[in-house]
This record gives sequence, C-alpha cells and structure tokens, in this order.
Amino acid sequence: MQCPPTLFPTKARAMGYEWDFAIVFRDFDLLILGLINTLKVTGLALLFGVPLGLILALLRLYGAWPIRIPVGLVIEFLRTTPPIAQLFWFFFALPILIGVEIDPFRAAVLTFSLQSSAFFAEVFRAGIQSIDSGQWEASKAIGMNRNETLRRVILPQAVKRMIPAFLERAIELMKTTTLVSTISYADLLYQANNIAQTTFRTIEVYTVAATMYFIVMFACSIAVRRLEKRLARSGETVVN
Amino acid sequence: MTAVLRIEELHKSFGELEVLKGIDLSVQKGEVIVLIGASGSGKSTMLRCLNFMEIPSGGRVVLDGDVIGHERNGQRVYNERELTKLRARVGMVFQHFNLFPHMTAIENVMEGPRTVLKLGADECRRRGEKYLGKVGLDWKADAFPAQLSGGQQQRVAIARALAMEPEIMLFDEATSALDPELVGEVLETMKALAEEGMTMIIVTHELGFAYAVADKVLFLSQGRILEQGTPADVLTHPKEEGTKNFLRGHGTFRLPEPQID
Amino acid sequence: MEYAWDFSQVFANRALLWQGLQNTLILGFTCLVLGLFFGLFVGAARFSGKGWLYYPATAFVEVFRNTPVLVQIIWFFFAFPIIAPFRIDAFTAAALGLTLNTVAFSSEIYRAGLQSIAKGQWEAGKALGMSYWEQMRRIVLPQAIRRMLPAFMNRAVELFKMTSLASVIAYGELMHKAKVVSTIAFNPIEMYTAVALIFFAVLFPMTIVVRRFEKRNDVGS
Repeated sequence: MQCPPTLFPTKARAMGYEWDFAIVFRDFDLLILGLINTLKVTGLALLFGVPLGLILALLRLYGAWPIRIPVGLVIEFLRTTPPIAQLFWFFFALPILIGVEIDPFRAAVLTFSLQSSAFFAEVFRAGIQSIDSGQWEASKAIGMNRNETLRRVILPQAVKRMIPAFLERAIELMKTTTLVSTISYADLLYQANNIAQTTFRTIEVYTVAATMYFIVMFACSIAVRRLEKRLARSGETVVN
Repeated sequence: MTAVLRIEELHKSFGELEVLKGIDLSVQKGEVIVLIGASGSGKSTMLRCLNFMEIPSGGRVVLDGDVIGHERNGQRVYNERELTKLRARVGMVFQHFNLFPHMTAIENVMEGPRTVLKLGADECRRRGEKYLGKVGLDWKADAFPAQLSGGQQQRVAIARALAMEPEIMLFDEATSALDPELVGEVLETMKALAEEGMTMIIVTHELGFAYAVADKVLFLSQGRILEQGTPADVLTHPKEEGTKNFLRGHGTFRLPEPQID
Repeated sequence: MEYAWDFSQVFANRALLWQGLQNTLILGFTCLVLGLFFGLFVGAARFSGKGWLYYPATAFVEVFRNTPVLVQIIWFFFAFPIIAPFRIDAFTAAALGLTLNTVAFSSEIYRAGLQSIAKGQWEAGKALGMSYWEQMRRIVLPQAIRRMLPAFMNRAVELFKMTSLASVIAYGELMHKAKVVSTIAFNPIEMYTAVALIFFAVLFPMTIVVRRFEKRNDVGS
C-alpha cells in the first residue's frame, strides 16, 4: 500500500524510508560555502580572542585590585553565561544601545572573540602559574624586571605547555559558532537549514552537515592528541 | 597427612616468555616456606599463580583437597567465580601494601569480611579489632593509610588478609618497599604469625629472616626449583653452583644468634 | 545617545521567566543524571580494553565530541523523527542531544578517573576474593569519583549553558521565554541582560565550588 505524502512521519514511512543523498550533493557547494564561513568566524574570533585573552590574564594576575576584580568578574561572566544569550545581546540589544546597526557577521565575531578571550585568559593564567617560582627568582637575580621576566622567561615556557589547551578551546569555539545560524549568518548549519527546507530531505542534509563538522573537528582532535603526546614527552602540559 | 596446598607441574608463560617451567610443591598445614632467587627467577610469578592473580598456563593447583579448575580437551580451564571463591581462602600481602586509601585502617581490615564474606556489622567489627590488635595497631584503627608509616601500613595489610581467616598466607616481598628501619616490625609480625602455626609462603630477600623462620627454603632459578631443603641446608650448605653464586651476592646476611631451647 | 534602561517589563514577566528557569533546570538535571549514569558504562567499555566493547564506545564518543551540540539537537528534532517510529517533541529532542553529548564527555572523565587508580588497588581487592564489580564498586570508584568530581561539575556548568540551545527548537526554557517576551515587549536589552544575569547567578556559585574542590584535591594528593 502506498502511503500518502505527508510532512509528518508515520510508522509506515519510517520503516520504508528511501534515502536520497543525490539531492543534497546537488547543493553541496552551498554547504562548502557554509563551512568556509564557519571557519572564517572561528579564525577571526581566534585572531582577536587570543591576544585579548593574554591581556585579560595579565590584568587579572598582576593588576591592582580595582582592575583585577572587575576583570575577574568579566571573565567569569563570559564563562558562565550561555553563548547564545551573549550572541543575542550583541546582535539584538547592543545596536539599540549604541544606535549603530550591527550585521550578523560582526555580531558573531564580536561575541565569539570576547567569549573565547575569557576562556583563553584562563588558559594563559594556568600556564603562567604553572611555571616554577625558581624561574622568577633566577630572572630577578640577574636583574630582570617583571615585564622582561614575563616576556623572555615565563611566557615562552608557558605557551609551549598551553598549546594543547589552546587547540582544544579552538575546537570548542568552532562548535559554538554554529549559533550564528540563529541570527541568519550563512554558516554551515544555516545552509543546511535552508537546503532542508527547500528539498525536504531533512535527514540527509543534517547527516551530511554533521559529517562535515565531524571530519573537520575529528581531524583537529587527532592533531591535538598527537601534539599532546609529543609535548608530553618533552615536558609537562597544562589542561584547562 | 594431606597437604594444605599442592602444586603439580606448574607452568606459566607470558607470550613467548616461559617464566615457570614446571614446579612441584607440597605445603603441609602450619608449614612456613620461603622462596628465594634472583629477580626474574619466577618466584613472584609462582606466588601469584597460587591464588590465581595470574592464571597458570599448565599444571594443577590443589587447595585442601580441591582441584582448582576443570579439565576440558586436555587443558585446564578456570571460571572466574570459582577463582574468586578460592582467593577468599588465600591471603596475600603485597610489596606496595595496596591499602585502600579512602578507608581507615579498621575499615580496610573489615572490607573483606563485609563485602566478600557478607558477615554482619558486629562480626566485621569484631574481626577488625581482633586482627588489628594482632598486628599491634588497634590504637590506629581510625587512622587513614596516609597517616601511617610504611611499616604500619604493611601491618594493616597483613591484618586485612588475616581477617578473611585464610587457610594459607602469601607474602610477596612484603618488606622490599620499606625503609630499612621499618623492616623489623613487619618481620616481627610475620614471625609471630609463623609461631602461631599459620601456613605461609614467603617471597623475600631477607635471608636472615628466612633462616630463622622457614621450615623449608626453595631456591628458584630460571623458572625451576634448583634446590630445596631446610634453611640450614640451602642457606649455609648449598649444593648447587647457582645457589652458591646467589648466596655469595647476598654474602652479608646475618644469621640469628643460635637459640638454646 | 542616551538609552533609558527599563526593567519593568522584565519584572512584569517574572512568572514566565520563572517558568522558563524551571524548564531549564528540568532539562539540565534530566540530561545530567542520565548522562552521568550512561557515561559510566561507556567509560567502562572504553576502559575495559575488550575490542567488541572498546570500538563501538569509542566511535560513539568521537562522533558526539566532534560535532556541535546544536547540530545534534537539530538532527534529533528535524531529522531523527523521519526514521524513528514515533513523534519527538522539543523536550525529547533536546534531552536526547544533550544527554548523549553528556554521556560522551562524562565517559572520558570516568575513563581518565579509572585509569588514574593504581593497578595494586584492583589487585588488593581481587586477592581478598572480590569479583570485578565488587572491586569496581567498593575500591576503585569511590577513589576515582573523588578525583573526577571537579571535572563533572565543570561539565554540569557547560551542560546548563547548553540547555539554552533548546530555545532554537522552541522548547520553553529561559532563553526561549526571553526571546518571546522581548519580541512582544520590544525590550531585548533588558531581557537578554536579565537572562545572562540569571544564568550567571545560578552557575557562578557552582564554579566557585568547583575551584574549592580542585584546590582541596591538590593539597590532598
């Protein structure tokens, strides 16, 4: 018996579902464009987030208390509020507040730069604090001041230990950027939504999109693990 | 007279490496047997085969008349439930104590009676107090392992094994991980047990202790018993070249003062 | 550019927001409990080293760790019902995605925790005549859980943040209520600020507790 076509799945249809990936692959270029946009947002957020994270970490570690405490609070706030709330705030609320239109792309880069900077700040802090105090003393003994010690002695050692934690954060960041689809920025998930709505091949589209995410992130994860092992052999690493 | 423990043609291989090449031994009730030998001679592996921490590759283990395992297609097979029951009847003391760090001394001792023997709370506590007392540590009942010295930890570990009221006790280099000044108290405890008539098999490097306590000393070399006999025979008048070489390396062991009964 | 903040509409809709927060907590705790429960088995399967357990468990963990959770939720809401012989509402889809995600992440915490326990602890239990599960339950897990606690609590914080994603498929949790109210009352600034503050108020104390634990563990070991 033939089932009438319907938007809502019935048991009969579920049993005899006919998979059709061809329709999805006809629009594959859109998905690739989406993936590129995902990587663009991730890359820019990293570009701004990492240096900002270092600054926040230094302020939190070495600032006078009127700086240290508010900076700490901002970091905690960015770490413990949902990214989607942050994104909506920057996209819907901030433009009203400052009277300037912000497009989805800018709102996304702004949100994820700030959000990831808070996480990177904690990675930096853990890295800096993991360096033995003897290194500070030795630098002091040869007449270095705090900035010189940080720049020449502490950070070069700390950064090496932090690399795996950084990369893990970067993968997390890439996952988080899927939120931009909710403010209509054409990332991979947004393209998948569109294709699903026009072709009704929902299951194929989302499965393909999920697989694309998986391939990119799994490759990154494996690279991180390799690096971790190599670094572990040459010294300790810190985890966030 | 039947043996408490008998092993016949015991073999054990790890992959290509054959560690035990056929060991026979019969242990009578109340007997104290000391295994000596260079590292890699197979003495720890042999001990670990006796309570099936390692599964022997060949041969038979007979505990108090029970042949462990079943014959199937010319091979011995063991089922885990049977082995678990067997281990409850055999006590073991480890080189690194392996006390449970999240339990107090008395909880460590009560753990076996509680979880394995499923005894009531009162009986568990009674056993805990009794056996901690036996090793002289009832005053440390509520201390956690981290708060005890190495020697004290090992004594608690002995009490933990005793609380199962085993038919036989195995000691796997029980003093090797201890600082020299702490070795004595553990050996004292073991000696007291031997004098009470506990059946014991001991792997140790303390030859003076072996001399004083053992009924029988076995010298293992390359997976075989090279020489066995009374402590006086093996330790002071060895016949085999291998035993002599080994003892020369340990040349400085002190024989206890001759005891006059 | 002077913006007059006005939280009166937020306050007027407090019953709705309270309802949203309750839904957030219901979703979060459901996924946390189920995720930690099933995570133990997946973690134990990966720890066991037996091929027929290890490989499927590992594949599951890698898939859920290496895809965005929003994609998982959307997949379960829009795609899964087509092959599943039953209808799936927003709560079920979100709970499925978030639970499986939590299973994957927590299984790794269990595995690392189990691996951190010395072999001698298993052996001591075995020598007393304990079965594998008795060793696990009485000896290994109590020690491992203590070490895993900070990681679990961090995971819980992440999970509660992730519940806000259920708003995308219109499950009526806090974020979704805020979205609805802000379009009607046209007060996105106050509304989203309030949501962020509520999440902060709930989760920040948790992160402080985590840090206490981490410090105590450092001293303890």
